[in-house]
Amino acid sequence: MKSLADLEAIRNKTVNKVGLRKENAEETRIVVGTATCGIAAGARPVMQAFVEEIQKRNLSNTFVTQTGCIGVCRLEPIVEVYAPGQEKVTYVKMTPEKAQKVVLDHVVNGKIVEEYTIGKAE
Amino acid sequence: MELVRSHVLVCGGTGCTSSGSKQIIEEFETQLKNFDIDKEVKVIQTGCFGFCAMGPIVIVYPEGSFYSMVQKEDVAEIVEQHLLKGKIVTRLLYKETVEEDNVKSLNEIDFYKKQHRVALRNCGVIDPENIDEYIACDGYKALGKALTEMTPQEVIQEVKDSGLRGRGGGGFPTGVKWDFASKSVNDQKYVLCNADEGDPGAFMDRSVLEGDPHSVIEAMAIAGYAIGANQGYIYVRAEYPIAVHRLQVAIDQAREYGILGKNIFETGFDFDLEIRLGAGAFVCGEETALMTSIEGRRGEPRPRPPFPAVKGLWDKPTILNNVETYANIPVILLNGAKEFAKLGTETSKGTKVFALGGKINNTGLVEVPMGTTLREVVYEIGGGIPNGKQFKAAQTGGPSGGCIPADLIDTPIDYDSLIKIGSMMGSGGLIVMDEDTCMVDIAKFFLEFTVDESCGKCVPCRIGTKRLLELLNKITDGTGTLEDIDEMETLCNTIKSSALCGLGQTAPNPVLSTLKYFRDEYVEHVVDKKCRAGVCKALLSYKIDADKCKGCTLCARQCPVGAISGKVKEAHIIDTTKCIKCGVCESTCKFGAISK
Ligand SMILES: Cc1cc2nc3c(=O)[nH]c(=O)nc-3n(C[C@H](O)[C@H](O)[C@H](O)COP(=O)(O)O)c2cc1C
Repeated sequence: MKSLADLEAIRNKTVNKVGLRKENAEETRIVVGTATCGIAAGARPVMQAFVEEIQKRNLSNTFVTQTGCIGVCRLEPIVEVYAPGQEKVTYVKMTPEKAQKVVLDHVVNGKIVEEYTIGKAE
Repeated sequence: MELVRSHVLVCGGTGCTSSGSKQIIEEFETQLKNFDIDKEVKVIQTGCFGFCAMGPIVIVYPEGSFYSMVQKEDVAEIVEQHLLKGKIVTRLLYKETVEEDNVKSLNEIDFYKKQHRVALRNCGVIDPENIDEYIACDGYKALGKALTEMTPQEVIQEVKDSGLRGRGGGGFPTGVKWDFASKSVNDQKYVLCNADEGDPGAFMDRSVLEGDPHSVIEAMAIAGYAIGANQGYIYVRAEYPIAVHRLQVAIDQAREYGILGKNIFETGFDFDLEIRLGAGAFVCGEETALMTSIEGRRGEPRPRPPFPAVKGLWDKPTILNNVETYANIPVILLNGAKEFAKLGTETSKGTKVFALGGKINNTGLVEVPMGTTLREVVYEIGGGIPNGKQFKAAQTGGPSGGCIPADLIDTPIDYDSLIKIGSMMGSGGLIVMDEDTCMVDIAKFFLEFTVDESCGKCVPCRIGTKRLLELLNKITDGTGTLEDIDEMETLCNTIKSSALCGLGQTAPNPVLSTLKYFRDEYVEHVVDKKCRAGVCKALLSYKIDADKCKGCTLCARQCPVGAISGKVKEAHIIDTTKCIKCGVCESTCKFGAISK
């Protein structure tokens, strides 16, 4: 490294990684249900798709976390998205492809993907 | 590409390491592989989280689950339940974070709620052996700012304006010290860091070095720029192997990145650092002795003036600051002096880290704004005294400091308030004592330490402290007189005013302050031959309450010297001429019939 610009580049490369460990109100949390029912229905590839998509787009303040059984096992894999200043949105019967769309439409552009939500499924 | 969704932070401070955190890290790595999630979950060894009483500590992010007292056998469960299935293992969470199924965040639990982490900002958050993580937390940005946007004088002014005072004990304004050194004209100057940390029970500096070594390196480079020095030394005691290792790793990484070395950030500024190991003598924490030791000679102090800012290491202008002092510097430059000075009191700005120990529930490392009261530290953060005992006093400043009695528990902790009541801030050791502590015995403990650690160069310290200890021994042995107490006081004042360095000048403080607040206990030892805390063995005798004794013979069988006799089902008696006061009988009696 030579210059301050190099320092900034290293910072930008690593900042999201460390951000995972800080609590703040501005973050978006994507919570994937990964109890036995969720995993059986394919929650793990869904979770990986979220992680991959977020890193691909280098989104800051966006984290994927897990939770246990939400209780509507027949709709698994279930994913909840908590974005700043928004009500929780629950997506059901997720797939890796749907995950990519949720990241792009909802997390990046702030547009809820209505067709995947629990309201539409019921 | 690394696809990491979760971080498992395992405390790798000295405390947790000795309770097995290394094995826990290995077990995590094995189990993550077992469940085939080792690519998406990363295990990170961090510095101290501060909550040593609850170690080994493991924190899982992004959930922020705080697992305490984790054993190797628990790891598989955390991996399978939490990391694979997303079900937090409530059984292992620190109890206070679990409340009616709600898991509270770390910052809400009592131990952390009142804390303000400035010097410890990165400890327990970043991997200390990874410079990129430090940079991600704005590391080395302050150095960049100083080198490219500020003149050395502006840096010094900012530090002055912040009101930062030395955290190593003396409390001297850091900016003023830097100013002196910057005004000394010389072709060679030095920047030193004092990581000798000799105060028994204190481990603040160790934790900073173990958890965030780059913050000290960055600050020393800034100091070098400010005073016009291009070489620094960090003086660390060799008994801190983890700290030494991480510091060396950090220095190597900084060199590799060109943050240490020549032409830093293409500004033409050169600065490099080396570690010097100390053998752990208390006196080597004193600034002139420390420099003598770095020069390769026997660590003995010399008179001041000349002050190090004029004539220091190898007779060149030198500044010496404490580890924690340095850890504050990058924050001051980045956020500005004003922001820094928002915390604290009128004359003591910022925060102070304390190593909380002794008779307290939450032993560990705490960082609080200056001016926080002792009561808040002991009862709110420290969780109070174990076993329902009463708070009796707290010792700050270690062997150089004094005690704060219960009726002064609302004293704000800052430099001046502590001096006013006869104690001192010291480097941050805070030892809590309960009613079972004998204050004469405590004074004796600290004095034994200084007698051991006196370097012997000056007479008042070498001989004076020894005589003082002899007088204390007389009192705890029950052979002291009231005149001895007066003589002790005179001797204390003589040593204070005539010793060569801070070690001797402060050595009598524990005696003086216990005399000031607990003189009645000294008198009790002398006149009534009584130690109310039941600590001074020569003054206590065990006796059996004949009404309570059932004659079970247990005590007689346990007594190692056969001092107890009596028939089965009849009250026993203790032969006090044979009794060695080991206390075994008292702890074995099932009927509470034996007491001191
Ligand atoms: C006997 C003795 C031991 C000391 N030990 C330490 C120590 O372990 N660490 C420390 O930082 N300062 C220690 N000091 C204080 C140093 O002499 C010096 O004041 C301090 O390192 C200056 O840094 P600061 O201004 O940042 O506090 C000790 C002083 C004396 C008299």
